[in-house]
Amino acid sequence: MKLRYSIKTALTGLRTHKSRSALTILGIVIGITSIILIMSLGAGAKDLILGQVEGLGAKNVIVLPGREPSGASDLASLYADSLKERELTALKNKNNLPNAVNVMPIIFGSENAVYQNEIYKPSLFGSGESMAGLFDLKTDKGFFFTDEDVKSKSAVAVIGDKVRDKLFGQSQALGEKIRIKNTTFRVVGILIKKGQGSFIDFDDSIIIPYTTMQQYVVGTKYFQRVVVEADSENNIEAVATDIKKTLRDLHNITDSDKDDFFVSTPAEVADKLGTIFNTLTIFLTAIAAISLIVGGIGIMNIMLVSVTERTKEIGLRKALGATDVEVLTQFLLEAVILTGLGGIIGIILGSGLAFLASVIINKFAGLAWTFTFPYGAAILGLIVSSLVGLVFGIYPARQAARKSPMEALRYE
Amino acid sequence: MEIIEVKNLAKVYNNGGVETRALNGVTFNIRKGEFVAIMGPSGSGKSTLLQILGLLDDYSHGGFHFNGQDIKSYNSSEVAKIRNEKMGFVFQAFNLLPKSTVLENVKLPLLYSDRPESDWDKLATEAIEAVGLSHRINHEANQLSGGEKQRVAIARALVNQPEVIFADEPTGNLDSKSGQAIIEIIQKLNQEKNHTIILITHETYTAEYAERIIRLLDGKIESDVKVENRKLDGKSFVK
Repeated sequence: MKLRYSIKTALTGLRTHKSRSALTILGIVIGITSIILIMSLGAGAKDLILGQVEGLGAKNVIVLPGREPSGASDLASLYADSLKERELTALKNKNNLPNAVNVMPIIFGSENAVYQNEIYKPSLFGSGESMAGLFDLKTDKGFFFTDEDVKSKSAVAVIGDKVRDKLFGQSQALGEKIRIKNTTFRVVGILIKKGQGSFIDFDDSIIIPYTTMQQYVVGTKYFQRVVVEADSENNIEAVATDIKKTLRDLHNITDSDKDDFFVSTPAEVADKLGTIFNTLTIFLTAIAAISLIVGGIGIMNIMLVSVTERTKEIGLRKALGATDVEVLTQFLLEAVILTGLGGIIGIILGSGLAFLASVIINKFAGLAWTFTFPYGAAILGLIVSSLVGLVFGIYPARQAARKSPMEALRYE
Repeated sequence: MEIIEVKNLAKVYNNGGVETRALNGVTFNIRKGEFVAIMGPSGSGKSTLLQILGLLDDYSHGGFHFNGQDIKSYNSSEVAKIRNEKMGFVFQAFNLLPKSTVLENVKLPLLYSDRPESDWDKLATEAIEAVGLSHRINHEANQLSGGEKQRVAIARALVNQPEVIFADEPTGNLDSKSGQAIIEIIQKLNQEKNHTIILITHETYTAEYAERIIRLLDGKIESDVKVENRKLDGKSFVK
């Protein structure tokens, strides 16, 4: 029988029991929707996080105090004090790091900022002049503080757009004085609104010279991070190696297992995160795929019922000249069309939900979440759903093909 | 020319060790263009014989030649092809696809044939015209009366221009008027188109439309005679 008519015959068979067909494919629809949703959200999350990692700068090497973190919840580096002025000076030495163009320490803090009657608690960073270049920070008004301010421990501050809004509202902010802890800072610069381009939300930050932060805010001498900018992406590994050698020499460390610092490149971070996201996505997709197996068993069950119900029709077709292969093809096609249709509906539904999720995340969480139509997942979903039809439809189709025409015609 | 040659044909069913001989060695030939009625009481083996002749079932012993070829030499695909191209079936229960139209039902054998698709509508329409149902061509089968359904079944049996038409109790589910109309159509196909007709019936009235009656009893041929007062157009004629 011509393929076109085989498909038409299969569609007629499905249309005869519309409600039953719809319920039968529900398992497939749910399975494929879940797979598409998980893969799409996984890709979006991966893009978001990797984008934020990229925001740390592709040429930057980050030095953390303390041993290599054992996991995301390992906050030991926040309290380790192995990176201080001595280490900073050694890293700034061109003889030690010939491929480094910038070496900048960072201190984290969180304190209330007060202006007149307004109190607000943003993220607080102590750093140097090169922070602006490293993180591509530009001022809308005023300027970023300079190395002179760092040397002289000036009480100056550069504030983000959200901080300006919270403390000053519509009033003039530039040149005004804010109080952090017991120190008065003059606002010398207001950053252009940036959005969350990295792990750091600069819109909700105040940046002050790190020397001022050490002296007047946190009262400690150590840094939580030292960021080293390489002269090119090709030299990132060389810079990382030089950093390790310099610090090991300084700390008299001969065994790398005993390092009291940790060196990380955004590329490594991106790689690790990418692997984590991929593994998580695959794991969740596999769980969703279980529902496809359940759906497939449902398909097989209903197809067996259908074969029994249509025993007389099978007998008739055979009497009129249908071969065993043609009968098998008809019922197999019905199963594949059923599951393929379920796959298509699942793809549309899954993509729609993923798009809706991206809109909600963008609007309410303020994250730069991108929705991209998951072409790969869609094709995979269609193939998988059709395969489910093929695998779970073959047994009922064979049962149909094996029926003897006369016995089938006699069936009541 | 003999279209069907049957020699010592036997069919034995084995149900849990118990043997039942539905056919016990029948021998006869049917010529091309002949109209033969096979009669007999319940259990005589007439339906079994029809199923074997129509290649819907196997036989246990003996020989069966169709158009000079031994049926045992064919595989299942070849048998299906012969059923499709050379044979047409009219069943007592009509066996139409209820949600399909008259045209779709009549086209059904064409789906399994080698005829070009461009010819299907023409062949089906001609067959439907031959049974006088052109005005119902797009109606669904479940909207038809019993007599109309059987006409559609006849049209379906004709559409591939078969050599033999097997009719298994074609009037069994119809009232007498409809039944007469049906058997007259079948006879017309034999008279005008020279189709070979093999009719299974338990009604003498219906059997008398044929030119020859083979009577079966307990799986054997009891008699094989020409019809003396054959009916033509519903009237009896003395031959």
